[in-house]
Amino acid sequence: MLEQILALLPQVVFDGFILGFVYAMVALGYTMVYGVLELINFAHSEIFMIGAVVGVEVFRYLAPQVGNGFVLLFLALVLGGVVAGITAILVERFAYRPLRKRGTTNRLVPLITAIGVSFILQDLVRLVEGLWHNEFFLRMRTVQDLEGSVELFGGAIFAQTKSFILMGVSILMLLGLTYLVNRTKLGVAIRAVAQDLSTASLMGIDPDRIISRTFLIGGSLGGVAGVLFALQYTTITPYVGFLPGLKAFTAAVLGGIGNIPGAMLGGLVLGQLENFFGTYLPILTNGNFGTEYKDVVAFLILILILLLRPQGLLGQVVKEKV
Amino acid sequence: MSLLELKGVHTYYGHIHALKGISLHVEEGEIVTLIGSNGAGKSTTLRTISGLVKPRQGEVLFQGKAIHRLPPHQIVALGVGHVPEGRKIFPRLTVEENLEIGAYLEKDRKVVQERKEQVFALFPRLYERRGQKGGTLSGGEQQMLAIGRALMQNPRILLMDEPSMGLAPVLVDFIFETIQKLNREGKTILLVEQNARLALQIAHRGYVLATGEITLSGPAKALAENPEVQKAYLGEG
Repeated sequence: MLEQILALLPQVVFDGFILGFVYAMVALGYTMVYGVLELINFAHSEIFMIGAVVGVEVFRYLAPQVGNGFVLLFLALVLGGVVAGITAILVERFAYRPLRKRGTTNRLVPLITAIGVSFILQDLVRLVEGLWHNEFFLRMRTVQDLEGSVELFGGAIFAQTKSFILMGVSILMLLGLTYLVNRTKLGVAIRAVAQDLSTASLMGIDPDRIISRTFLIGGSLGGVAGVLFALQYTTITPYVGFLPGLKAFTAAVLGGIGNIPGAMLGGLVLGQLENFFGTYLPILTNGNFGTEYKDVVAFLILILILLLRPQGLLGQVVKEKV
Repeated sequence: MSLLELKGVHTYYGHIHALKGISLHVEEGEIVTLIGSNGAGKSTTLRTISGLVKPRQGEVLFQGKAIHRLPPHQIVALGVGHVPEGRKIFPRLTVEENLEIGAYLEKDRKVVQERKEQVFALFPRLYERRGQKGGTLSGGEQQMLAIGRALMQNPRILLMDEPSMGLAPVLVDFIFETIQKLNREGKTILLVEQNARLALQIAHRGYVLATGEITLSGPAKALAENPEVQKAYLGEG
């Protein structure tokens, strides 16, 4: 059994990273919005889904015109990121900001609003796709350039070109975000608003503007992740965001909600756990538990980690202000 | 025209009537102090000026312009710097980032750099600590950072809320000397203090606040000699 496990391990880790990077990018959107507003933006799952749908549509319509698959993907990533980012801004502007301006102190109100927005976006996309194509089960068009594959380490890893693209783009986005948050004026302003919104306004920062930018950045990352997800897993529906979104939220909590490196780490850990048990559960239990139990085991481990570190892997213990 | 003027300002926190018709003025180049016991409305007065709370009635004029309906970030842009109660530095930004965020509205990198150097000259301690996270500083250092951060805006008026709170006496002296120095260099200062004795020593004029109303006002010296003030706020008589 051990031999079998070891033989599969390189592939399992590789595939775990694919999933992990998607979770990491989506988790960033949750954690950044939580950082500035202490709001769990459940509609972020749908921002991710919208990115995926835009990716599918770009491939559907532009593949004949654009000969080069890489150029096509680049266009899809840009458009997916932009549309998702703008949707995120609109959601903040018309759903969350009015509640904030009314001084709602009940935390449940924005949370329920987020769930409502989630349903609205799902059914809006379903309606649009239904009117447009008479169906809302979408398949990502395959493009020859992106369908290559290689075998690494003497066949230990079977790797598709698009998996490398997914990881490469994710790493670039994560590095870019890290730079933006740590080294730019906007980044410092986002962190200042996250730490103390009213004092930030005393610095001349317009908190609404920074909140809007935060939704834009988180939404774009989610949209790009959606396009990459569509490329990798190909079948997309208006409801495809729910599970990855929920898991990305879990990843954000695992890393320490509000903590940006934590969201990245949490995403990668969750991707690995899920993929690990997806492959090994049947082997470890002699087939008594199938792959479908992967989430049960992965989440059991998450519960254990959070019991030991309730603040998350990289989260700080918040001291009560005197 | 006064640099800053409040006319009959009423401010509420929910149902609590915190300011009951405050009128005061601050002239260019003055140190004016607001003294009074806990809960008298001193901080609320400053928070109303900088727009963190909105008055329900009355006017706040800065350089003759009504500012009481503007959001805080626009009031800052006009030149009102606020050193908030409890310092409120950003704990997870470095000292340098805290200062830079103070100059958020200044587009010119060179000007930001110059102001940073001026703040470091005023508080060499902050230069030593520039790479440290704000939350790791001592209380005195945090107060220096809060003042330095407000100076980064190069404000026309500096609102200071309890700069002596929680500091050792030697640091309190240092902070008050710094306030006087800033004033000599031309800064107008509105100072809220519980330590009425010290505040009246460095201020030109003062107002005494009790339960949301101004009960006495006048030159700082006269207030310090006033038997009522001595009894209630200076612990004498």
